[in-house]
Order: sequence, then C-alpha cells, then structure tokens
Amino acid sequence: MVDLVYFQLLSAALFAIGIYGVMARRSAVLIVMSIELMLNAVNINLIAAASHMDGTGKFANFDGELIAIFIITVAAAEVGLALAIILRIFRNRSTVNVDEINLMKW
Amino acid sequence: MAWFVFILLAVLTIGGALGVVVVRNVVHAALALLVSLVAVAGLYLVLFAEFLALVQVLIYGGAIIIVLMFAIMLTRNSDYPRITDNKQWPLAAVAALAFLGVLVPSFLINSVEGTHAQNASLTGIGESLFTTWAVPFEIASLVLLVALIGAIIIARSDEEEG
Repeated sequence: MVDLVYFQLLSAALFAIGIYGVMARRSAVLIVMSIELMLNAVNINLIAAASHMDGTGKFANFDGELIAIFIITVAAAEVGLALAIILRIFRNRSTVNVDEINLMKW
Repeated sequence: MAWFVFILLAVLTIGGALGVVVVRNVVHAALALLVSLVAVAGLYLVLFAEFLALVQVLIYGGAIIIVLMFAIMLTRNSDYPRITDNKQWPLAAVAALAFLGVLVPSFLINSVEGTHAQNASLTGIGESLFTTWAVPFEIASLVLLVALIGAIIIARSDEEEG
C-alpha cells in the first residue's frame, strides 16, 4: 500500500506549483486557477491523513474528509465571487492583468 | 497495483498543475487544470474516499471549470491567445522552491510508518456531518447563499441599478 508520506509529498509539490502560479501569472483568471491548485493540495493532505488515521485498524473519526467537503464548498463560493469581480474589473478597465490594475497604487 | 495507480495519478496531477502555470494559452491552462482535478479525484479513490471523489468530479470538474471557462470567454481581449508572465517570475520560482524546501524535509522527518489507507463508511461521514459538524454545515450553506447574491450584485451592469 502507498504510505501517507507520499501523498504528503505530492500535496507539497502541488501547493508549491500553486504558489508559483499565483506569483508569476499576470491574468487574474489564471491566478484563481492557481488558488484552486493550492486548495486541492490541502484537500489531498486532509483526506490522506483521514484515511490513514491510525495503525490499529480502526477509524477514529471523519473530521479530515468533512473539512475537505467544507473546503470544496468555500472554493465553489470563491470562484463564483472571483468571476463577478473579474467581470467588473474587465468592464471598467478592459484588462484582467493584475499589474495593470494599479488604481490604489500610492 | 495501488502503487502503479498512485504513480500514474501523481504524474497526471503534477503534469496538469505544471500546465496551468506554464502554458501560454488560457483555454489550454483551464483544460490542464481539469486534467489535474480529475486525477486528484482518482487519488481520492486510491485513498478509499469514494464520496469525496464523486464530489470532486461534480463540483470541480463540472461547476468550477465551467465557471472559469465563462470568466475566460467573457474577458477575452487582444493578448488572449498568448499571455505573458510577470517579470518577477524568478522570484516566484525561488519562493515556491523555498516553500518546498521547508515542507519536504518536515514531512520526511515526521513521517508515520506502517499505516495503510482504509475504507471510510459513507454512513459514518453522514452521521458525523449532521451531528458534530451540523453548525459548520449550516454556516457553509449561508456562505454559499451570501457569496452568490454578492456575485450577482457585483456583476450587475450599472444601467439596471437604481
């Protein structure tokens, strides 16, 4: 069977790729996609830990999987709001590149 | 067998994620994200979390990718086919590698040996959701409602207001 640590390493790699995407991309849509990658990394970690809960062959509880369900719910709400905000910015400034949205730059 | 499936799904997940942050075409990036998310659903199946795999395919593969596709379609402009990255991308690579450099040794040092994945019963998840997690469940439904109403109000055009 696959040990817990390999899932943790996979989720760390996924989270690092998400960090790179958030910092390096210019388009706001792609930044939202990178945030989704990071949320998925956290979900993999939570569900792997919940499935591998103890070594005695018994399940302690289902907290990890339920927190993952709540993370998916919040991610859905976040993407909906992000779409609305991106559309609003595009209508006002005709761009979604985050380095051109400098209205509040001092 | 589990190892073979895990390695295949891990390669698909990481490859799709790299596609999201590297590819120059926005639509191709969204399709790469879809590959990555479906592969993550497969990883949940390796972990015996069937319900989570179903939720992942339905919400991420169905709803979120479609919403992102709408965002891409409604915000297309002249630089749409070939987008560029920030000038600070080397800094981003350094930050990501530094994060990885902290996290990987900590996982390797504190690794738990000898555990194995086991089947979580759907009955147990349901009981836990509506007893221990009942209040967060209700709050999550309120969060969804408020977020969707807020999205409608933000995205509404100026002429309809007033």
